[in-house]
Parts: sequence; C-alpha cells; structure tokens
Amino acid sequence: MNVLLDNLPLFREGFIGTLSLTAASALIALVLGVVIAGCRVSPIPPLRWFGAAWVTLLRNTPLVLLFVVAFFILPKVLFPGMSPYVLAVLALSFYTSSFVCEAVRSGINTVDVGQAEAARSLGMTFTQTLSLIVLPQATRTVIAPMSSIMIALTKNSAIAGAFSNAELFGTQKDLSDMGYNILFVFFWIAVAFLIITFSISGLFRLLERKLGVAR
Amino acid sequence: MSSVLYDVPGPRAKARNLILSVVGGIALLGVGAFIVFRLARTGQLAPEMWEILQYTSTQERIFEGLVATLKAFFFAGIFSVVLGVLLAVARLSDHLPIRWFATAFIELFRAVPLLITIFVFWQGFLINDPMWALVLGLTVYNGSVQAEVLRAGILSVPKGQVEAAYAIGMRKSQVMLTVQIPQAVRAMMPTIISQLVVTLKDTSLGYIIVYEELLYVARQFSDNTLINGANPEVVLLGAVGALYVGICLLLSWFATWLEKRGRRAKTGIKVADAEPVAEPDKALDGKDGKDGKDGKDGK
Repeated sequence: MNVLLDNLPLFREGFIGTLSLTAASALIALVLGVVIAGCRVSPIPPLRWFGAAWVTLLRNTPLVLLFVVAFFILPKVLFPGMSPYVLAVLALSFYTSSFVCEAVRSGINTVDVGQAEAARSLGMTFTQTLSLIVLPQATRTVIAPMSSIMIALTKNSAIAGAFSNAELFGTQKDLSDMGYNILFVFFWIAVAFLIITFSISGLFRLLERKLGVAR
Repeated sequence: MSSVLYDVPGPRAKARNLILSVVGGIALLGVGAFIVFRLARTGQLAPEMWEILQYTSTQERIFEGLVATLKAFFFAGIFSVVLGVLLAVARLSDHLPIRWFATAFIELFRAVPLLITIFVFWQGFLINDPMWALVLGLTVYNGSVQAEVLRAGILSVPKGQVEAAYAIGMRKSQVMLTVQIPQAVRAMMPTIISQLVVTLKDTSLGYIIVYEELLYVARQFSDNTLINGANPEVVLLGAVGALYVGICLLLSWFATWLEKRGRRAKTGIKVADAEPVAEPDKALDGKDGKDGKDGKDGK
C-alpha cells in the first residue's frame, strides 16, 4: 500500500498518460481504419492495393519496430521536431488501424448481399443503402472485435513508456529505479490496467446491449 | 459481380471508377515520390548506404540477431503451448482451488501488458539474463492466451465423445488426454499458430530490456556505422522489417493452409469398420458355434 500512497502523483501521472495515449490513438486508429477499410472494399484498384499493402505490412510488423521507425527515422527523414507523445500516438494508431480495418471489412462482408440488392431494387441511392442498410448491420458485428482491439491498444500503449512518454510502464520503471520492491509495484500497475481494461469492456458491453436487436 | 456495397458498374460508373483510379493512383504515387525524395535528400538512398548489406560482417551481425530472435521464439513458443494446455486443463478441473488458481493466473496475465510482465521478470529475478526474462514473460502471457484458445477447443468437442469415453471405462485423465485434447488441438490449430505469430512479433520487446535480438542488433549496428556522415538506419531497419514481415507471413500462410486442409477433410475422423468378432471359444460355447458369423454380418 505504501508504494501507492507515497507515490500517488507518479501513479496519477502514469494513469492519465496511459488513458490519454490510448484515447488519442484509438480515435485516430478508428478514423484511419475506417478510411483504409473503405479503400479495401472500393471498386478502385489502386486504392484496394494500397489498403491491402497497408494492412499486410502493419499487421506483420512488430509494434516495437514501428516505434523505432517513428522515433529514429521519421523525424530525420520526413518531419523533424515532433514531440514523443505525437510520435507514440502515430505508431500506436497506425498499427491499430490495420486491425480496425480488418474488423470493419469483415463486418461489412457479413452483411448479406441480398440486403443491399433489395435496397437498390427499392430505388435507394448508394448513400442511403450504406447508411440505412449496410452500416447499421455491420456496426453490430464489429462491436465485439473492436472491444478486444481497444483493450489490446491499451496494453500496447505501455511500449510508449519505453520511448520517453509518461505512462504506467514509465511509472513502473521509475519506481523500480527508486528501489521499491518490483512485485508490489507490479501489483498496483496491474490493478491500474485492470481498471482501464474492465472499463473498456464494460463500455462496449453497454454499447452492444444498447444497439442489440432481436434478429 | 455485385457486392454488398456496389452494384455491377454501368458505363457511367465504369468511367467514374477509371477517373478515380487515375486520380487515386497519382495521389498515392505522389506520396510515395515525396517519401523517396526526402529519403534521397537525407542521403539514405546513396549506393554506399545499401552496399553495407553485401558485407559479410553485416550479414553475420543480422544473422546473429535473427538467431537470437528465433531462439527466444522457439522456447517461448513451446513453453507457451505446454503452459496453455496445463492451464486449460486446470481451468476445467473438478477441484475448486485448482480452477480458481488457473482462472486468476489467466485473467491476470492476459490483462497486464506483456512489456510490464517482462520488465518485472527482468528487474526482479533475471537482471543478467534478459533472454530468459523475455522467454518467461512471453510464456506466461501467451500461455494464458493459448489456454483460453484450447479451453474453447476442449469445450467444442461434442459431449457424446466424452460420455462415450466414460462409458467404455476410461478414467478422467484418459478422457482428457486421449479424447478431448487431441480434438481440441486439431480444431484450434489455426488459432494457435496465429497466436504463435503474435509471440514471434512480441520477441521484439527484448529490444527494450537490452536482449540482443534482431531489432536491437539492427539499431546498434546502424548507430555504430557512419556512411557519408549519416547512420544507415533506413537500410538496416528496412532489412530487419522485411525479415519480420516475411517470417510472420510464412507462419500465417501455414495457418491458413492448415485451416483449408481441415475444411477439406470430411468431418472429424472416419469411423473404422467393426472388427469381425472372433470365433467364440469352443470350450465355452458348445451349442452356438455360429455366433461368430453373425458378428461378421452385423458390420
């Protein structure tokens, strides 16, 4: 208990850091993932190839390698002077976007073709078919995988701590350097992560219940 | 062919798609050209930069890193599957304390980031031996995930199989070992291999605890090398990235191939023809010597 109470500011900083990294990366990953999924299912070959290459490349690269590229190559070659926070968010969101893309794509693919054909034969436009028929059904199937993607993102954000970001892994490292027993530190860090991941899965379960329809 | 989103394109849609293809293609090429331009401007595309990949010393260093990565992956892969089987069985145990222990273990290590677990093993117990800290961390995390995969597999084995096994007098451990686990492993093989791909990718966390694996070697090597006043980071990290992607894709293809192969095979194992019943012992059976024949016909 002492480890926690004596270092409450450090823990708070780490907790908020993890939350903010996760939230920012989640937002960008969702937008990016949906855009890439749009590319992958589009009737335009170059965009489809781009989407496929994006997903294959990012899903099969270790996240640590992406962090290394973001921190040591990106500033040198493309845009110098970005803060570690921005670089970490970029690495995390690019990595996660490939998983979001695959979840969205498989969500769209689970919608029966007959549904869209029926909508078209009723005279619905493309936008109407998409927003009234396809997306509402796809969203419901996407929620469950999205929940685990977001939980994975939360856990992956720990790597940012090794790249000069303030979050829970950084807290653990600092406390371990200060000579606290690593097992007690581990206990409290684990509790902090459990709080975040349980909140996320709870949120998604709530969403699932809200959106759920008897089919 | 019509898809969920798009109808079969007519002449107007075809023309529009063509225009968008050209525009999109040009935009993507533009982004690519910008990146290449910046790479060239920072001297990363100079021929001398890429020459270092031809030197034996470079190749040997990268090979050492690759071996270190594969070594950690080899141990972590085997240990995690073994631990996964043990935890899955423990979580399905009839004894409450064992079940509770396994559940707590699985839920704890699945919820905590792998890096944090590895760091604890490293700082707490194995400060001089980062490889085993890495292997241990990978094992407890991936073991917990594999346990959940295998548990789902064990639960998916039809109940009749287990009941039949008990009915012919098998013990609890025999049912688990010879009936449930083989079928669970077979059904879950693609998922188990996908998790092994994750394990392979996660060996790169060794970079953070200064285990000299592939990524660490590439970074160290490029930091210590100066060509035209710049480090050959793009070259080396590119090469290492290609290695990671290649190995992961190979493993993924193997998983897909296994899955397809599993789907092609007829459901489950073919039931063998019944053995003809042996001739009844004449000494025991004086009158009905023809029973053996009936057995043969019954098959």
